Amino acid sequence: MSAAIEETFSGTGRQSVTLPLAGIWRNGLLAAGTWLLASALTYGLPDVITWGATGPFAAVTLVGALIFLALSVTVHRLGSTGRTLVHYGPWFIVLGLWLAAWEVLTAKLGWLPKPFFSPPEGLLHVYMTDWDRLLICIAYTGRLWGLGFFSGIFVGFAGGVALGWSKRFAYWGMPLLKLIGPVPASAWIPCTFFIFPSTFHASIFLVALASGIPVAILTAAGVSQVNRSFYDVARTLGADNRFLIFKVAIPAALPNVFVGIFMGLYYSFAVLVVAEMLGAKFGLGWYLQFNTAYSAYANVYAALIIMALICAGLVRLLFVARDRLLGWQKGIL
Amino acid sequence: MSVAFAEASVAGSIALDFEGVSHRYDLDDKTLEVLDNVSLAIEPGEFVALLGPSGCGKSTLLRLAAGLEAPTAGSVSEDGQPILGPNPDRILVFQDATLFPWRTVRANVAIGLEARGLICEREYRIDEVLKLVKLDGFADFYPHQLSGGMAQRAALARALVNDPKLLLLDEPFGKLDSLTRLRMQKELLDLWKSAGFTALLVTHDVEEALLLADRVIVLSDRPASIVAELRVDQPHPRRRDDAKLIALRASLLETLGISHDV
Repeated sequence: MSAAIEETFSGTGRQSVTLPLAGIWRNGLLAAGTWLLASALTYGLPDVITWGATGPFAAVTLVGALIFLALSVTVHRLGSTGRTLVHYGPWFIVLGLWLAAWEVLTAKLGWLPKPFFSPPEGLLHVYMTDWDRLLICIAYTGRLWGLGFFSGIFVGFAGGVALGWSKRFAYWGMPLLKLIGPVPASAWIPCTFFIFPSTFHASIFLVALASGIPVAILTAAGVSQVNRSFYDVARTLGADNRFLIFKVAIPAALPNVFVGIFMGLYYSFAVLVVAEMLGAKFGLGWYLQFNTAYSAYANVYAALIIMALICAGLVRLLFVARDRLLGWQKGIL
Repeated sequence: MSVAFAEASVAGSIALDFEGVSHRYDLDDKTLEVLDNVSLAIEPGEFVALLGPSGCGKSTLLRLAAGLEAPTAGSVSEDGQPILGPNPDRILVFQDATLFPWRTVRANVAIGLEARGLICEREYRIDEVLKLVKLDGFADFYPHQLSGGMAQRAALARALVNDPKLLLLDEPFGKLDSLTRLRMQKELLDLWKSAGFTALLVTHDVEEALLLADRVIVLSDRPASIVAELRVDQPHPRRRDDAKLIALRASLLETLGISHDV
């Protein structure tokens, strides 16, 4: 069975190799090897440029290598988690190589110089020394993003339904939406300063705008594209307008709404940096700007990685929500 | 099966009258005349088939009867009362099953009851009609998991759960394969006999009309008017190779402008 998994997921597919090693995850062993290589290079070669976390980074990669070594014999007993790990086996191998090459090119050879490039150990150094400030920044950004994103998609969704449903609403609303849509968020900053009582509210507005507009446009498109005969069917069965909107138009438009929410999610992350220009004292966007100004690019990269991971995590969550709500689409798409 | 349905059914039937009905659609730069002075009286419990060339306006007649549109001229009435809007007593079944893809078969059948707030007291009817159309094992399937015949059965169940007094069928079997169509025609006939609703069937299939209907109305090309009316007295179950039906078929095809050789 493990041989079968190996074949399905690792893509090696060579019986002669996998069969004698049944029960051993070959890619896990290779990953342990590449991570060990990264660790050895980090520890063994002298630093041309000091970044301050050589020892800890060598330790981290060593621990990684040991984990992969342990996994290579136990992964088949871990059920679905194990299958996921096996699936990403080639990625773990390449990741080890990537870390080794990155470390050598920056800290060990100095070909990619300070301050523009940072070795992985430099990022680790940032996480070790500045973790408390980063955590506070994550919390501030989370508050801003959460308030902005959720109010944005809520208003965008409601407006989109109205635009798609009512001709009169669409007559006045669609041209406005088309005008506002392409305006970059930073262009709003002067007005927002005047309109909103505090810079925090203005920032929320910018995030909400960025996430709300794609949701509004796609929801409107989805609602207006609903098959007319669905309405006819529902009306002959005794449905009133309320039923038509909530039980026909909205469920039918939901796949479109989710496309809009995905787009809104990406836009909202892109606009966070701009939104945190407005007098914020903490936040990942602020952290990026502050450290760019001081040419502390290692800190910038470190914060960027955190943002990318958070964004990827949220996208993953959104996929889970979509699969739950749109399970009926399985087999259609 | 039909016994259970007859007991549960309190539906009854209605009379449907078209009086001097004309209808046209206003398109961008021209008007499209669809119906021209159509008068037709359908008795309660009668099974009437509308036969005519495609695109002649048969479906428009059904939409008017369903109350989805109001005629440009003339009146449509049920039991003497003018039809002003849709009502679950008169239900339209389309050529496409038009099941809501995000709802299971059961939830699709429940729509009529849900929309009228009757879901609590009449939920048991869902299982009854699903059994009636032989979909009781498929209640939790999604529409895309059904075959064409099953989807059309589900659409019928969605109509029947409301105990309609008038069933308007717009080429309901037009997209089914011929074997499924034969089976569905027989099932529809059984349902009509046991439930007792008035049925108005639009079709372009001469055999289907003759096999099912008490009366066949032949419509002209657009704008449609009634060009012929034919009573079919043969008792059910009718046989396709019945000599009298074959003769009727020939005369209907001639009325429709198709020669004997076809």
